[in-house]
Amino acid sequence: CATGINMQAAHWLAPRMTRQCGNDFQEELVIRPLHSGDIYASFQFRTVWETDFMRGNKVSHYRLFPKSLGQVISKFSVRELHISFTQGYWRTMQWGQPFQPSPPGAELWVWFQDSVTDVDGTWKELTNVLSGIFCASLNFIDSTNTVQPSASFKPLGIGNETDHRFLRYATLPREIVCTENLTPWKKLLPCGSKAGLAVLLKSEKLFHSSFHSQAVHIRPVCQDWQCKTTSWELRQTLNVVFDLHNSAQGKREWSLFKMFSRTLTEACPLASSSKIYIDITDNPQGEQFEVSPATPLLSQAVVLGDRRTFSVYDLTQQITFGTVRSLNLLIRWKSSEGDMLRPLLHAERYVAGYGLQTGEIHTLMYNNHPYRSFPVLLLDSVPWYLRLYIHTLTVTSKGKDNKPSYIHYQPSKDRLRPHLLEMLVQLPPNSVTEVTVQFERALLKWTEYTPDPNHGFYVGSSVISSLVPSIVAMDTNSTRERPLFSSFFPCKEESSYFVRVYTEPLLVNLPTPDFSMPYNVICLTCTVVAVGYGSLYNLLTRSFQIEEPSPGLAKRIANIIRKMRGVPPL
Amino acid sequence: MGLLSDPNRRRALISLLTRLNSPICVVCYMAGVAWFMGLAFEPFTLRTYMSENAMGSTMVEERFPAGERALTTGREFSAHKKKAGGMPVDWLVKTMQARGLEVFTQRFSRKLPFPDENKERYMVKGTNVYGILRAPRAPRTEALVLSAPCTPGDSNNQAVGLLLGLAQYFRNQIYWAKDIIFLVNEHDLIGMQACITFSPDSCRGGSIQAALSLELSSDVITSMDLVLEGLNGQLPNLDLANLFYAFCQKIGVLCTIQGKLQRNDWDSVSGYSHSVQTMMLMVMKQASGRPWGDHGLFLRYHIEAASIKGINSFRQYKTDVTTIGRLLEGMYRKLNNLLERLHQSYFFYLMPSLSHFVSIGYYMPAFGLLAVILLLRALDLWVQLATPPPRTEDGITDKEQVSSPGVLSVLTPLVISHLTGVALYTLPIQFQEMAVEQFPVSETEAVVLTAIGVYTAGLALPHNTHRLLSGEGTEQGWRVLKLVAVLYLAVLLGCTALINFSLGFILALTLVPVAAFVTPHVPKVLSAFILVILSPACTLLFSVFFFQELQELPVSFQEGWLLYLSVISQGILDHFLYGSLVYPLIALLVYPCWLLFWNILFWK
Repeated sequence: CATGINMQAAHWLAPRMTRQCGNDFQEELVIRPLHSGDIYASFQFRTVWETDFMRGNKVSHYRLFPKSLGQVISKFSVRELHISFTQGYWRTMQWGQPFQPSPPGAELWVWFQDSVTDVDGTWKELTNVLSGIFCASLNFIDSTNTVQPSASFKPLGIGNETDHRFLRYATLPREIVCTENLTPWKKLLPCGSKAGLAVLLKSEKLFHSSFHSQAVHIRPVCQDWQCKTTSWELRQTLNVVFDLHNSAQGKREWSLFKMFSRTLTEACPLASSSKIYIDITDNPQGEQFEVSPATPLLSQAVVLGDRRTFSVYDLTQQITFGTVRSLNLLIRWKSSEGDMLRPLLHAERYVAGYGLQTGEIHTLMYNNHPYRSFPVLLLDSVPWYLRLYIHTLTVTSKGKDNKPSYIHYQPSKDRLRPHLLEMLVQLPPNSVTEVTVQFERALLKWTEYTPDPNHGFYVGSSVISSLVPSIVAMDTNSTRERPLFSSFFPCKEESSYFVRVYTEPLLVNLPTPDFSMPYNVICLTCTVVAVGYGSLYNLLTRSFQIEEPSPGLAKRIANIIRKMRGVPPL
Repeated sequence: MGLLSDPNRRRALISLLTRLNSPICVVCYMAGVAWFMGLAFEPFTLRTYMSENAMGSTMVEERFPAGERALTTGREFSAHKKKAGGMPVDWLVKTMQARGLEVFTQRFSRKLPFPDENKERYMVKGTNVYGILRAPRAPRTEALVLSAPCTPGDSNNQAVGLLLGLAQYFRNQIYWAKDIIFLVNEHDLIGMQACITFSPDSCRGGSIQAALSLELSSDVITSMDLVLEGLNGQLPNLDLANLFYAFCQKIGVLCTIQGKLQRNDWDSVSGYSHSVQTMMLMVMKQASGRPWGDHGLFLRYHIEAASIKGINSFRQYKTDVTTIGRLLEGMYRKLNNLLERLHQSYFFYLMPSLSHFVSIGYYMPAFGLLAVILLLRALDLWVQLATPPPRTEDGITDKEQVSSPGVLSVLTPLVISHLTGVALYTLPIQFQEMAVEQFPVSETEAVVLTAIGVYTAGLALPHNTHRLLSGEGTEQGWRVLKLVAVLYLAVLLGCTALINFSLGFILALTLVPVAAFVTPHVPKVLSAFILVILSPACTLLFSVFFFQELQELPVSFQEGWLLYLSVISQGILDHFLYGSLVYPLIALLVYPCWLLFWNILFWK
């Protein structure tokens, strides 16, 4: 295979490789100024490779696709792999919906090929390997926190197999994400962190933020529109929200340099496209904020059911960098308002009750759509040490019982597998739906406690997946930029969009012994049992009476003789 | 145990115990009281120390600068409060939002079982406003609470100002690992209860690790007072008190507990009596089972909480609000460092001063010495019942008596006295409307007077009843009844002391002598008088006077009586509002138990 250097595109720039041996790499950064004054930066790096890892095809020549992941795919017959590491909780009420939702901690879900016979064994090995690749505690994924959702996690790539026997889903809500996870993630990029957008990924700034999430998604996609052969797509995403108050010292002004302590000077030479998008939808006339340098390029897209407008900066064009040969985007806020948003769907969860015996998990799901109801899929995976009383499960909306149309419940087995509860619930318009279920806290064996048992035990986020009616479909009245003949029937493709919402994880206290006590208790109980019990038991159960002392030998002989003589004994 | 299984020695031991029973009991009682009084003597107590590693070694630097601005905010708050005629909800929401918090409001309403005359409220409606500072990159699992009550009138404006000032300052710091909930609650504990009982719109921010309630009514203060006693005598982990003390020492703020400063002259009589006073105040407050600050309800949820009150007296040395802000900043930063809930230090303790404490291992023997009297008396009775007095001429009748005190003669007084207890528990609330219609009294008076009425009526009832059922009380009969009563009291006091030592000890102090000396053969009138004096109601009356005396606010008998009535109504209210257990404990268990002894006195 020839080194596909595209000489036409090269002229006096760095040589640009666009498509080589069916390899393609794209990078982009979306910046969205948030309502609250914070700023949301979302990186996406996409590598597509026209190859086939399966069917005994031994792939050994890697170019843009990272070899470590390619080997994982072929060795473990992975069809689809989604892994995310998140530090912080996405604040839907302030920030709206994220582009790629993820729960706090680590989340991993994998679809295996149907050729895999021992799925559990492969899953165990896979998690251990991934744990090494990403420097994370994924090796703590075992049968006690793995579930097989029946409906919530469908394959995102092409393929017809939807038998959930080949699906494994696990979360580690306690996983802490830091630099050590970022470095291996950056190494998967073709340009590393040396060129292109990845130069902005400096850990000292990325972890000085309100929210940080990084993810890797691998899935098979169609090679072309005819879809005769498949390619493998690797998407690496990184989402970060910078805090107005902490990072900007309260000044309502953002720049690339302020956010990442770097400016951009070039695109990744291996990338076929390298772009920065700035969401200016809320700012058509520049009354909210001001972006500099200005760009003539605009792009429109329907994102999460809403038609958004973006300013586009194409990094492959030298003109973008201007005369100073570096791009430092600047966003300056003009107005200051930070009201809460009312996202169409959001959810929260908490534990109610006091004492260490029982409790109740409440999950609240808000449908803020003014007139449309829609169904949601709720997935709850609860560790075995919270014993759910499934008969106490109630679903209520607007004070009335709301019967789920589908329930998939798999009870837990102590020390083996968690509870899995999946429900399809219809959320009435403009309502709060409350799902409650009571539980009992189990008493663990003393070796099963974590080293910090008084911190509490984590219960992973609930996952709510739904097709939400889109905002675009809501404004039937709008004739903006659309000819009349196109807008009579609501367009099917845009009428609803897929949203996944994660609730906050829970921290639950279990009855915890005082671990300095066992020594005392062992000493005390042993002493009491050894010394006290036997004699006390005797005292309680026997009656004592005075017994004549047994006569001596001489007396006994004398008595025998006296008996023979017929004289009363002594 | 070998000693007991040898019948001869056992007999000797038992005869020794029965012969010397009364002197041993007297000695135990004296020893118990002496032990208790010794607890306040400084050489016998331990110095407080920080047990929690996460809060101990890492010192933090306090930098809160904006005390003056906080006072200005407080004045603004006061102006808006006057304008709104209550909680200025809109202003608070706006101010908190401007400080970068996620703001929520919570409306609540509550109808009390009868009007609260102390606080003049019956139908309570209010709003809590709370702003949550979301910790960066934290998954919303843990939170800390800082609250300031919005009280009517001019008090506590500075606390709200300081709360908002701290919110602004905290918001700009990066080191938070736990969410911080800034709460301004209305109607003190009722608002607090609405906030923490987990309804769909209650204050939520993950599991709350610690809470402080701030009360501050002047621009400068002379000392900070720490209030620990919560509902049912629950106390926060001692480390929270240690934390407060450590920062007061570091920053140089005068700190008090029970309003009493620490003194160094423990070897002088006045120094000793000072620490006795401090400890007795704590014992009285704990025994009352009331929450003594807005923090009181958190403790039930296993949330370590305390109230901090700024006091402005006539001392020279003044502290400004910036310093108090620094004190709180330091405490919150340390709490923020916590990896686990506070659990390393003691939950059961008494404090004769802020720097010294008495742990459960030291104070329990005082109670044990009192409780052992009951066991000795029970043993004595048991022996008397097992070996009838060797009176040859009455031998046959004695045998009859041994079998005659059937279940009925013991059960009847037990049941009747408990029914009286149930009446005492239910009637005051049930009959308040009727009483108000019939008599010229208010609802509250009706409740309290009905309670006292039922209590007094109970004295007349039960001792006549057993005669109706089983004729003349027998000698064996009262012994069996007394044996049951003494053991009952021992179990009751033992359990009470485990949950609320102070209450158990005060009850033991008065009820144990009653249980020990009462027989039908003692002089009736004198004993009846002593019995009434030592009954739970009179104990409460004396406690009211004693408490006032300890606080150095002595009252006349008239005022004391009014105070006594209001204390009863507060006790009943606390039970129905917050679930305080003292009223049902007294009404349903302790009072019936005392009635049993009353019954024994009038056995013949």
